[in-house]
Amino acid sequence: MFFNYIGGIFKGIKTLLTGMKVTSSYFFRPSKIVTQKYPENRKELKMFDSFKGEVILTHNENNEHKCTGCGICEINCPNGSIEIVSMFITTEDGKKKKAIDKHIYHLGMCTFCALCVKTCPSNALDFGKDFEQAVFDRARLTKILNKEGSKLMKGVE
Amino acid sequence: MEGVLPINQVVSEVEQQEYIINMGPQHPSTHGVLRFLLSLKGEVVQYVQPHCGYIHRGIEKMTEKITYPQIIHLTDRLDYLSAHMNNEAVSLCVENALQIEVPERVKYIRTIMAELSRLASHQLWWAAFGMDLGALTTFFYGLRDREYILDIFEQTTGSRLTQSYNCPGGLMNDIHPDFQKKVKEFIKNFRKVLPEYNQLLTGNVIFHERTKGIGLLSKEDAISFGVTGPSGRGSGFSCDLRKSHPYSAYDKVDFKEILYTEGDTFARYQVRMDEMLESMNIIEQLIDNIPEGDYALKMKAIIKLPEGEYYQRVESARGEFGVHIISDGNKNPYRVKFRSPNFSNLSAIDSMARGFKIADLVAISGSLDLVIPDLDK
Repeated sequence: MFFNYIGGIFKGIKTLLTGMKVTSSYFFRPSKIVTQKYPENRKELKMFDSFKGEVILTHNENNEHKCTGCGICEINCPNGSIEIVSMFITTEDGKKKKAIDKHIYHLGMCTFCALCVKTCPSNALDFGKDFEQAVFDRARLTKILNKEGSKLMKGVE
Repeated sequence: MEGVLPINQVVSEVEQQEYIINMGPQHPSTHGVLRFLLSLKGEVVQYVQPHCGYIHRGIEKMTEKITYPQIIHLTDRLDYLSAHMNNEAVSLCVENALQIEVPERVKYIRTIMAELSRLASHQLWWAAFGMDLGALTTFFYGLRDREYILDIFEQTTGSRLTQSYNCPGGLMNDIHPDFQKKVKEFIKNFRKVLPEYNQLLTGNVIFHERTKGIGLLSKEDAISFGVTGPSGRGSGFSCDLRKSHPYSAYDKVDFKEILYTEGDTFARYQVRMDEMLESMNIIEQLIDNIPEGDYALKMKAIIKLPEGEYYQRVESARGEFGVHIISDGNKNPYRVKFRSPNFSNLSAIDSMARGFKIADLVAISGSLDLVIPDLDK
């Protein structure tokens, strides 16, 4: 009984030291430590190309986008985080045509399921690479994706 | 000093008195918002009543209003640690209903992704289980190695946790060119690291004292409660669906079903530790042989299932996850039922914890590996 008790203590110390061997080996091999200094290394941090950040409407350098306002992304969104306000414009040859007035995106409702980006027939939508989305006011989570004065890209129907 | 009882008399009265306390809903050891109503005599648990529903979101009801591809993003949020397997279950169920066969490439990638998420899930479980029992170091070590898998997921699928990668008909996008290289790198690294896990926790005497002979669950009880997954296999209940009802590419790989017959907390621990090795074996057999081909079938824009009932089950990291879809021929399901493994596993906790100390209840609930959002749906 007594020897079992003493033996148990020594066994306990032995297994404790086995565990501490692992932790102390990392203490003497700092090159194996993988933690990152996050707020300081913001500049070097680069997300993967496939990273799903917020949804963006891609614009080219002439402030043109590819969104025709068909509303397929709005139908496919499971949470109702996309609203498209469309309007009718008259083109150069005098025809009336549907175009987007506002492409409203509620970031707070989005679950990043990629259904809108995948189903867009003209590949107008894409994912941004920004991962710091915290804001102080909930209203700032609602974004209008088309930039001011932007037009439909030529050749996109 | 009149009226004050001597201390030994007070202690004996408290030990005889039955009293009821709440554990949770925000106790760190309950892994989420789950409340246990405990009846105690001294330190000994008389009975446990789990009260769930704190994170009920009505996911089954929500699925009745949305289309089949949209269900995927909700099953991600059931058991977030095995999101790939949940998505796979829905995808397979829809594919079986439509009687279509996905390309071989999709099957291989689905299996690899499922095994990777099983590894990540078991790593997180190991980390949290050690922390439940007071070994904080394990938490950092487990999360460190899980980070590699999450990086692989992020590179291919775009998200770390709720990937939404499977969809009816295949996958959302093809794997990243670096995928195979990174997975092989991870397995090479993790084979070196796994002995460290054993040194830190498995061989520790304090850990043995806290887990061996604690929370006994007999094979009969495991079957009658429907305890599946590693928790059921720790009691000798052979319930591995990957072996008995192979789906995806599991019929092409050679692996063992891990079974332990002790039925205590340590047996459930060992099942998961051995499963990590088996998962790595499965991935190694598949990773070099991914066939060329399409990553998805061309599906109709609106998927409508023929009228009828369809059921598909997969082995998630915690047990048998089932999807039962009743379709009336529309684009939305008429009714969807998810069989979540955690709910059945939780039901056994009362018979497991009776007669053990309150501190053992933490070890028992940790060894069941409960994920509360899956339980409450």
